[in-house]
Amino acid sequence: MGIEFRGVSKTYADGTVAVTDFSCTVPSHSTLALVGSSGSGKTTLMRMVNRMVDPSAGTVLIDERDVRELDKVALRRSIGYVPQAGGLLPHRRVVDNVATVPVLTGTSRRTARADALDLLARVGLDPALGRRFPSQLSGGQQQRVAVARALAADPHILLMDEPFGAVDPIVRRDLQDQLAELQAELGKTIVLVTHDIDEAFRLGDQVVILRTGGVVAQTGTPQQILAEPADDFVRDFVGADRAERRLTTTEVDGRRIVVDGDGRPVGVLA
Amino acid sequence: MTWLEANRSYVLDMLLQHVQIAVPAVLISIVAAVALGRLAWRWRRVGAVVLGATSLLYSVPALPLLIVIPVVLSIPLRSDLNLIIALALYGTALLAGTALDAFRSVDPRVREAAEALGHSRAGIWWKVDLPLSFPVLLSGIRVITVSTVSLVTIGALVGIQSLGNLLTDGFQRGIHAEIVTGIVLTILVAVVLDVLLVLVGALVTPWRRRTPRARSRRRADDTAAVSA
Repeated sequence: MGIEFRGVSKTYADGTVAVTDFSCTVPSHSTLALVGSSGSGKTTLMRMVNRMVDPSAGTVLIDERDVRELDKVALRRSIGYVPQAGGLLPHRRVVDNVATVPVLTGTSRRTARADALDLLARVGLDPALGRRFPSQLSGGQQQRVAVARALAADPHILLMDEPFGAVDPIVRRDLQDQLAELQAELGKTIVLVTHDIDEAFRLGDQVVILRTGGVVAQTGTPQQILAEPADDFVRDFVGADRAERRLTTTEVDGRRIVVDGDGRPVGVLA
Repeated sequence: MTWLEANRSYVLDMLLQHVQIAVPAVLISIVAAVALGRLAWRWRRVGAVVLGATSLLYSVPALPLLIVIPVVLSIPLRSDLNLIIALALYGTALLAGTALDAFRSVDPRVREAAEALGHSRAGIWWKVDLPLSFPVLLSGIRVITVSTVSLVTIGALVGIQSLGNLLTDGFQRGIHAEIVTGIVLTILVAVVLDVLLVLVGALVTPWRRRTPRARSRRRADDTAAVSA
């Protein structure tokens, strides 16, 4: 069950190799974080799930069914999608943005709007904002709306394409916390694309680090990757050598204080 | 003034005629230009050729065009349809390029997100591309509306009735009041239609009515969200 990438590759018409023979299984109710710099094929991989991209070789399966057997439009409506910043429909009010997919699948506009207002509250927004247009919201609020929109049809799968990449670090942290909270409650199967390793570690149950051309550098839980980076590329990418990652403990007045590589105290060992 | 009072029903007739030619010509131009613009947007190479050829149409002088169209389509020279087709050709020539710009003005991120949400191809056209390209398209529609209204007067030269008749007749018979009436009413029609377009535009694009307050409010919200 869940999502399975079975030996997928993608070569674009101009010869660019985006993904090379990628295999991975995302169990239901877990989060896969695809992380890499630009050109690593992470977005291409995610887009194969809802058939925004069809692989040149290999198959993607959802609950053991090849997605290529499914109708594109119906498939996309059954999968929640959180785009990068700027992916809301600028000409629709916030409430109508959230109600988009239910309305497409035939729910009456009234019901869909009422549900949308509830969803706004769930993602931490004042339902009164529903009347505004996206441009009248802050970047962080817009991405909350995008999350609410993705959840509106209650899909089993969520695809998130660098959802919090364009908001400032404090708001991003807030959004990540909220997503983690929602996920604990809803248990969706999530594929998250990000270039931010900290975000991947915070949200991913399983993290895949990709090199250029969609070659897997390492797959594992955040703990495994931090503890045993496969090679220098991964070590460099996760910043395992970064001073703030190298924590040591010292004893002060009988309590164990955790200190980072620069000697700055970062906490107390419980 | 006395000339106008004495010829009121004639002037009204010509005014009505004028509008009856200008409005259909503009409507046909919009449909044709949007179709061509869409074609050019979808298939770049073919589109560039087609758009180039279309804009060349604008350089064909009006009088010969009014004689060629009836021959080619075998319709009467002195028919409204003849003039409507000629004006629609000019309107299309002027508007097609703007239509292409209009489709290019739609943020590809928005289109892509709409596709990923599960809009069908037709759904993207009607619910995303058309409304979002409308502001740019409208600016072009305003230009061709005003130009079409003034071009209708040319029909009078081949005997197609419009406010242009007040000009030709006024010149021939030396009635200044008639000429002035023709000019003023032509401008008035153009202005009224333009104002209507602006109003309709504002009505159907409510998301563009952003008050200065909204901007400052956005900043305040971000700060509030962080402190909350």
